[in-house]
Amino acid sequence: MAQFRTCPDTGLYFHKSAESLIKANAVAAAVALLVAGLLGLLVVLTRWQAVHLLPADQFYMALTAHGIDALIFWIIFFEMAVLYVASSVLLRCRLATPAWGWVQFLLMLVGAVMTNVAIFQGSSSVMMTSYVPMQAAPHFYLGLILFAVGALIGCFIFFGTLVVAKQEKSYEGSIPLVTFGAVTAAIIAVFTIASGAIILIPTFLWSIGYIAHIDAEMYRVVWWGMGHSSQQINVAAHVAIWYLIAGLVFGARPMSEKVSRGAYLLYILFLQLACAHHILVDPGISAEWKVFNTSYAMYLAVLASMIHGLTVPGSIEVAQRGKGFNNGLFEWLRKAPWENPVFSSMFISLVTFGFLGGITGVVMGTEQINLIIHNTIYVPAHFHATVVTGTTMAFMAVTYFLIPVLFRRQMILPGLAKLQPYIFGGGMTILVLFMLGAGTLGVSRRHWDMDFTGAALGFDYPGMAYTLMGIGAFGGVIGVIGGGIFLLITVGSLVFGKKLEPSAGLLQSFGFPLAASCYTDKRPETLPRAAPLPAGHHTSSFEAPGTFVLALVLLVTFVVYYFINWKYLASVWQLS
Amino acid sequence: MTSFMPPADRIWWKVPVGREEIVWILIALTWCLIMFFMMPYWHIYGKQNLSNEAYQTTPAKFGAKVQEGIDQYKTGEEAGVPIIHPPAGSDVYMLGRLWQWWPILELEKDKTYRLHLSSMDWQHGFSVQPININMQVVPGYEMVLTVTPDQSGEYGVVCNEYCGIGHHTMVGKIYVKE
Amino acid sequence: MTETSKKPGEDQEERIPAMQSLLDNPFLLLFIGVAMPTVFYIVWGIMEIVTIPVAP
Repeated sequence: MAQFRTCPDTGLYFHKSAESLIKANAVAAAVALLVAGLLGLLVVLTRWQAVHLLPADQFYMALTAHGIDALIFWIIFFEMAVLYVASSVLLRCRLATPAWGWVQFLLMLVGAVMTNVAIFQGSSSVMMTSYVPMQAAPHFYLGLILFAVGALIGCFIFFGTLVVAKQEKSYEGSIPLVTFGAVTAAIIAVFTIASGAIILIPTFLWSIGYIAHIDAEMYRVVWWGMGHSSQQINVAAHVAIWYLIAGLVFGARPMSEKVSRGAYLLYILFLQLACAHHILVDPGISAEWKVFNTSYAMYLAVLASMIHGLTVPGSIEVAQRGKGFNNGLFEWLRKAPWENPVFSSMFISLVTFGFLGGITGVVMGTEQINLIIHNTIYVPAHFHATVVTGTTMAFMAVTYFLIPVLFRRQMILPGLAKLQPYIFGGGMTILVLFMLGAGTLGVSRRHWDMDFTGAALGFDYPGMAYTLMGIGAFGGVIGVIGGGIFLLITVGSLVFGKKLEPSAGLLQSFGFPLAASCYTDKRPETLPRAAPLPAGHHTSSFEAPGTFVLALVLLVTFVVYYFINWKYLASVWQLS
Repeated sequence: MTSFMPPADRIWWKVPVGREEIVWILIALTWCLIMFFMMPYWHIYGKQNLSNEAYQTTPAKFGAKVQEGIDQYKTGEEAGVPIIHPPAGSDVYMLGRLWQWWPILELEKDKTYRLHLSSMDWQHGFSVQPININMQVVPGYEMVLTVTPDQSGEYGVVCNEYCGIGHHTMVGKIYVKE
Repeated sequence: MTETSKKPGEDQEERIPAMQSLLDNPFLLLFIGVAMPTVFYIVWGIMEIVTIPVAP
């Protein structure tokens, strides 16, 4: 018999088995974030040429582990929690096959530990991409394979839960928009994991000697089917979290279900084609393939992101105006709860993802422009804007929300929590902006020494490149401090936070269910449809003029920056 | 509170869409199409495009062509690396290996060359600095760049694809003479 | 939060539009979401690689 408890503050229902799995995955994610953050500190302190902390071998080891722990383990563990929240919690439904949920968790845990062990043994400093024919230890690949199998099980549990919810009629009508966003993320995850299986299983067999040769170009194309798509899961997931938080904090309703879901459909159809961003200066692939895939078939996934970029803040504006914040264009935004980290973290995520991550991603994913950017430090600058200030800050926002609701603990250090999103977001934004600049000056990514110590033939970067890298690294240090504060507050709250129910003990914070008395066998009430739209909805006037102005600012920035880069491209040697 | 509740209407697809969303979608779609057509436009009118000409090869086969070029056009040496001065318009061969770009090229300004690149071992990144031209160099594949250097000077060829512990020492040279 | 928005019987008879049915069907979406990149990115990409000519 499935048991549920109700959150007395939010009215959300938690299925007992799902609740434990969400906690376990979220805690594992936090551990991965801790490891990734510490390694990130070592990486920035080495790339800060004046500090140059680690020797070369340790730097490449730390960078490999940083990439995998942050981009794969932190994010996908957390996404498992998101999938379970979006299905079981939001649909008021029991989680399908919770026992398989524990298989998911354990496989991912064993895989993550195994790959980290392989890296720290020192024989697998191959970077996250592990491009063949450079070879890692067999358990490096095996760990990733086990982790991926676990994640695939998680996706199927998610789809299974949707089926159960529909059959048991736990909700009326269509699934909520947030859950639809999670469906998008899970679909992209299935393609991601399939690509990973196609390439990592043969590579594992090659590492133990069963296969003689893996074609290096074939590896690149299929590996990026996993490597890039894994980050597209994040886009779908963090946009869903933006919508969720707009609803939680402001009671915002989507401006149009049709538009928002249509935008997600564009993600489902086209977002994953952009794996081609990594193949634009590779040998022998035709311009037709490159242009079609790199542009998500005519930039239709970019269109989708631009739509979400309007409708998420637009829905907040409509809700705020409904509460009377109607003065001028921006009173709704000025009077937003900027001291609430759930909101501020989400809003910084939205803005930095659009202005920094989104624009730079489209620019460097332009077929010809890529040749002035490929493998420079511009690339990590771009994806720190998408996955750190974008995805990670959205996940941080929802974690702040979950501490009292899911973990039943009051948050400690509320004063510090108000500042944390600004410290983390500010530091990482500095890192991103200055690394973008250094990349424009040609500074290489994944490179231990921009002085080229010991090289027979040298090259001198301009002094400005050193300055930009130094300031960027300084921003990175601030970012790591902000990340440390986040972990201090969240993990600290789980251990020391005031218990919101007598049963919320230490073990309960790490996956154990609350006291039996909290749960009942009674099925939750059917999730009703949202309240009807108010009369006069969508009249002829603009509902969210402030947001529209902000969207135009984004567009102008985008257009100007895009053409600046064409101009820059036109200044390099002629190639044909 | 509706973003996490089912849509209010049973048939939400037919609920009219607000005007600013329609206007924004049209603006954004226009911009997306402009960006899309910039790429074919540049193929026709731009001067920086990749031909994507490439061949399957082997390290032995490619290495032999590089050696042939050195034997024919060698003019000197710098730090143990041969310098070649191939004729304008010719096929020029350069290889990447742990941890060298081989040989050093001496090219003439405003002349066009067919530059062939491949790797002898792992993947490398051909990054010409400070002009900032970056290509992926993949073992087993020979990439042909038709390149016209239009500024003279001394250029570094930095390896910008991680290739092991000596990656940071992998620097080559291209000289462009007036 | 109240119960359903429309009065019973008002639009219960109206057929769900095709696009809404598609968006309400996660397994159909899963199929097209995996098929699109598999065909255009992976299969087409692999064909590009295997048709690269051998060096003379």
